[in-house]
Amino acid sequence: MSILINKNTRVLVSGMTGKEGTFHTKKMMDMGTNVVCGVTPGKGGTEHLGLPVYNSVKEALNKHEIDACGIFVPAKFAISACNEAIDAGIKLVVVITEGISPHDSLKFISNAKRHGVTLIGPNTPGLLTPQECKIGVLATEYIKKGNIGVISRSGTLTVEICYYLLKEGFGQSTVVGIGGDPVVGSTFRDIYKLFEDDDETEGIVIVGEIGGTMEEELAQYIKESKDKKPTVAFIAGQNAPPGKRLGHAGAIIEGGMGSASSKVNALEEAGVEVARVPWEVGKLMKGRL
Amino acid sequence: MKLYEFEAKNILKENSIPVPLSIVTEKYEEGYQFFTSSKPVVLKAQVLTGGRGKAGGIKFANTEEEYRNFFQNLLALKIRNLPVKKILMEKKLNIKNEIYLGYGILRSEAKIIFMISKYGGMEIEELAQDKPDEVIKYPINILSGIEKEEVRKTIKKLGFDEKITDKITDIALSLYKIFTEYECEVAEINPLVITKENKVIAADARISIYDEAIHKHPEYKKEEDTYTPLEKKARRMGLGYVEMDGDIGVIGNGAGLNMATLDIIKFFGGNPANFLEVSGRTYHKAKEAIQIILLNPRVKVIFGNFFGCISRCDVIADGLVRAIKEGVVKVPMVVAMRGTGAEEGIKKLKDAGLEEIYEDDIDAGKRVIEILKEL
Repeated sequence: MSILINKNTRVLVSGMTGKEGTFHTKKMMDMGTNVVCGVTPGKGGTEHLGLPVYNSVKEALNKHEIDACGIFVPAKFAISACNEAIDAGIKLVVVITEGISPHDSLKFISNAKRHGVTLIGPNTPGLLTPQECKIGVLATEYIKKGNIGVISRSGTLTVEICYYLLKEGFGQSTVVGIGGDPVVGSTFRDIYKLFEDDDETEGIVIVGEIGGTMEEELAQYIKESKDKKPTVAFIAGQNAPPGKRLGHAGAIIEGGMGSASSKVNALEEAGVEVARVPWEVGKLMKGRL
Repeated sequence: MKLYEFEAKNILKENSIPVPLSIVTEKYEEGYQFFTSSKPVVLKAQVLTGGRGKAGGIKFANTEEEYRNFFQNLLALKIRNLPVKKILMEKKLNIKNEIYLGYGILRSEAKIIFMISKYGGMEIEELAQDKPDEVIKYPINILSGIEKEEVRKTIKKLGFDEKITDKITDIALSLYKIFTEYECEVAEINPLVITKENKVIAADARISIYDEAIHKHPEYKKEEDTYTPLEKKARRMGLGYVEMDGDIGVIGNGAGLNMATLDIIKFFGGNPANFLEVSGRTYHKAKEAIQIILLNPRVKVIFGNFFGCISRCDVIADGLVRAIKEGVVKVPMVVAMRGTGAEEGIKKLKDAGLEEIYEDDIDAGKRVIEILKEL
C-alpha cells in the first residue's frame, strides 16, 4: 500500500504546456504515472506529450475520470487554477507553484477544506509513491520502494534524507512534500495520520525546519496517540539566525517562535528520535526497526 | 515587507482609523514649526525593527531645549545597527487606557487570527507569555470574513462603555479590511489609546505586507535596510544569501539542504559565515555566488554541498569551474556532490584541478573542519 497516490491514480496536470509543466509531466510519465490529460486555458483541443489538452478542468472531466491534479501554473494564476480543480470535484490537489501570496493560499486552502479536498502545498516538491506514481518534481533515483513514510517541508533535503535512508537499506512507501510556505494545505499531523493507517508503512521520517509550529503540533499528536510507529525526525536550521528568512518563505524564527530547539524538544518528549545531521536519520531508523 | 510606522499610519488614516496629528521629517526647521504649534510632542525614530523604546528611540519634548536635543540625538542614533533616517513627530496624547489590537496568520489552521488585549504597549509575544489569559484571540476563515457582532462581543469583554466599545469595533473592522486588502503578514495597533477625552487613537502601528504581494502595492516596496550591504548585493543578483558571523562560506542547492549544511558545520565544531542557495532560476550562478561569499573577509574555507535534482550537478559544476579558472576561488574549497549529474560534475571539477571533492556531505564536512585547523 501507499498513501494518497498509487498506480491507479489518474492525474490531470494544470499548466502542462508550460516549460516547467512540460519538463516535469514528462518525468512523471517516465516513472509510470498515469497522466491522463492537461489543462491550459486557450490551448483546448490540442495535444501535448501525446495527451489531450483542455481549456478547463470541467471540460476535461466531461471526457475523463480524474483522481488528482498537479498545479504547475505561475503564481498569479495559482488561485484560479486551484479553485477550478477543487470546485470541479477533484479530491486531491497538489500545488507545486512557488511564490504564491499566502492570502491567496488561505483562500484556496479554505475552499479545499469546505469541499473535503486534500490539498498539498503550495511550494511543494510534491508526492511520490515509488514505481507507481509521482505528482511533482522529486528526483527519483534515490527513492526506492520500501516501508518508510517520509514527510518533509523541503525538496532537495528530502532527496538527501532518502539517499541516506537507502544507504541503510530503507526505501519509501510514499514521500510527501508538504511545502515550504508559511501556510500549507496539509500539515505534518494530517499526513502522519495517513501513514499511521497505512499497513505498509512501518516507520515514519519527519523532515522539518525552522518557522511555524507544525512540528510541535505533530509532537503533541504523537504524544497522545496509542499505537506509535517508529518515528525519526531531522529539523533543518538548528543554527539559523533569528529574524532571517532562510530560502523558504516559511523558514523564519520570529518573536521567539519557530526555533529548531523548541521543535526538537517537543518531538523528543513525544518519543521521536531526532537526528542532528541528515545521515543520522537512516542510522536512527535502523535502531528502531 | 515591513512598513515604517509613518507608512502604516498613512494606511490607517486612509481607512478612517484615527491617528495623532503628526509630521515625518529629517529637517530640524520643519520639526521645530510642528513643535511650536503642537507641543507637547513625541519624537519617534523611524526604523524597521522592534525594541525602539528600550533603545532610546522615543522621546517626549515639552520645552524647546528638549526638542533641540532629542531631534539631533535621534538622527544620530543607531537602533540594532540600523541608522535613523526620519523622525515621526506627533502631538502627545492624554492617555487613559492602552490596549492591543491586531491580526496575524494562524499558520497551523490556515486562518487569520484576531487578537485583542487590555494590556497594550508590550510586544504581543511578551504579552502572550506573561499574561496568556489576557490575550483574547479567535481564528477567522478568510472566505467567511469577519463578523461585526462577534468582534463587538469580544471587545465588550474588555469592559469599556458602549461608545468606546463601538469605536474600538469600528477600528477593528477597518484594520481587518487593511489586513486582507494589503495581504499582510501582520497588522497591529499597539497601543490603541483611549484618551482622557474618550477618543480612541492609534498611537503606534505595525504593518508587514507579504513579499509575494508587494508588487500590488509598489509604493511600499523598498530595499529593507535590515539587510547587510552584502545581502542587498546578493538579492539584486537574485541569490538568497544570509550573512552570519563564522568563517566557513557555504553554497548549496535548495533551501532545506542549505540549512542542513549549516547544521553539519556546527555538528563538526565549525561556524558558518553565510547561507547561500543556488537553485531554481539561479543554479547556473555558482561563480557569482562564490564571488559574493568571498566579499566577506572572514571567510577562510568554502563548503559547497550539492544534491543534484532539478538543479543538475554538472550545470552547477560549470559555474564552479568558471570560478576556479578565473581565479575567483581564493581560499580552499571543499565540494560534496551526489544525485543527478554528479558523476559528470565531479569529473569537470577534477579536470579543473579541484582536489577536495567528495560524494557525501559527512566526508566533506569533516574535511572542511580539518582544513580550517591546518590554516
